[in-house]
Amino acid sequence: MNTAKTEREPLFSAKTKKLLLGPLNKENPITVQVLGICSALAVTVKLEPAFVMALSVVIVTAMSNLTISALRNTIPPRIRIIVQLVVIAALVILVDQVLKAYMYDVSKQLSVFVGLIITNCILMGRLEAFAMANKPWDSFIDGIGNGVGYGIILIVVAFFRELLGSGTIWGLPVLPKVFYDLGYVNNGLMILPPAALFLVGIIIWIQRTKNPDLQEEN
Amino acid sequence: MENIFNIFIKSIFIENMIFAYFLGMCSYLAVSKTLKTSVGLGVAVIFVMVVTVPVDYLIHNYLLREGALSWLGDSFANVDLSFLSFIMFIAVIASIVQLVEMIVEKFSPALYNSLGIFLPLIAVNCAILGGSLFMQERDYGSIAEATAFGFGSGIGWFLAIVAIAAIREKIRYSNIPKPLRGLGIAFIVTGLMAIAFMSFMGIKL
Repeated sequence: MNTAKTEREPLFSAKTKKLLLGPLNKENPITVQVLGICSALAVTVKLEPAFVMALSVVIVTAMSNLTISALRNTIPPRIRIIVQLVVIAALVILVDQVLKAYMYDVSKQLSVFVGLIITNCILMGRLEAFAMANKPWDSFIDGIGNGVGYGIILIVVAFFRELLGSGTIWGLPVLPKVFYDLGYVNNGLMILPPAALFLVGIIIWIQRTKNPDLQEEN
Repeated sequence: MENIFNIFIKSIFIENMIFAYFLGMCSYLAVSKTLKTSVGLGVAVIFVMVVTVPVDYLIHNYLLREGALSWLGDSFANVDLSFLSFIMFIAVIASIVQLVEMIVEKFSPALYNSLGIFLPLIAVNCAILGGSLFMQERDYGSIAEATAFGFGSGIGWFLAIVAIAAIREKIRYSNIPKPLRGLGIAFIVTGLMAIAFMSFMGIKL
């Protein structure tokens, strides 16, 4: 902020790299921190809305982290939650208006879930835990890392749900017609809400098998 | 009257906040480790939803939607402020939660002590904002319908969190594969419960 840069930190030091890559695996917001599940699962029936949703969340987390971090020394602690909510809501309105203007179909499919980015726990969680105590650039990177960590889970879930449930990827049919002639049927369960929960459960299972230190006692 | 009752039943079972839309999952997973705390949070959510959904209904219909300001005069008849709805709704929710907290603290300290820590959490519970946004999208006809929807959604959320808390208390004694313990099995159990709730979908209301 206002301190003179006595020792110049490189733009991408080891620390920022950790901030960026940590949320992709061991500090993943969804599977480890249990944040932001609310709006994550309902938009994963198809890949396209999931991708748009992931992108919107990356933008909002990065920008809100940056803004709050730049303002952190001027925000009175007692009203910080309201200030944070107003900053987030303003950013989400911007994203929503852009989506409505340029991607109307996707915006219709996402319906209320764009608005629900406001109450996405990732945002409040990262603002409280990180941006209130760190410099703007680090917070920006942390926001991008967490947004991408959230987006990856969304995209993986959406990929399997669309592939197994509709036999398409990004709306394009990928399964050869021979499959269907031989009696292959799309799995209807994958389109229904519970499939998203099962898939996230399985992702958690795989991740915790690889990282035994994440396992819980009960 | 029949219509209102239908909306009420529909929002509890068929369009359950957790099992059909996954709203409020964060606190649902974080607070459902013991039955007692989950009952407290569930009651608080019902209470806040019954208050916020009708208030947001009034704001939407008399301030924000296209033509809503016509009561101010003809020159306001074409004003459309609906892009402000996110910020208005979240402000209403945050302030009502604060208000509820103060009222409960003043008049019922016993209830405050049991709910106390959960009330601030509710401001960022997606189910609350989601309720208001669904109310806006579905365009309910009267304030009574909106209230019935808010009350029903709150009860649906309450049922879901109490049920998962009871299951998680018992599942502690089961031999689950280690990586799946805790969060993983909670997701899978929720999925199975969602399938059970889908059996209500056939009901035509």
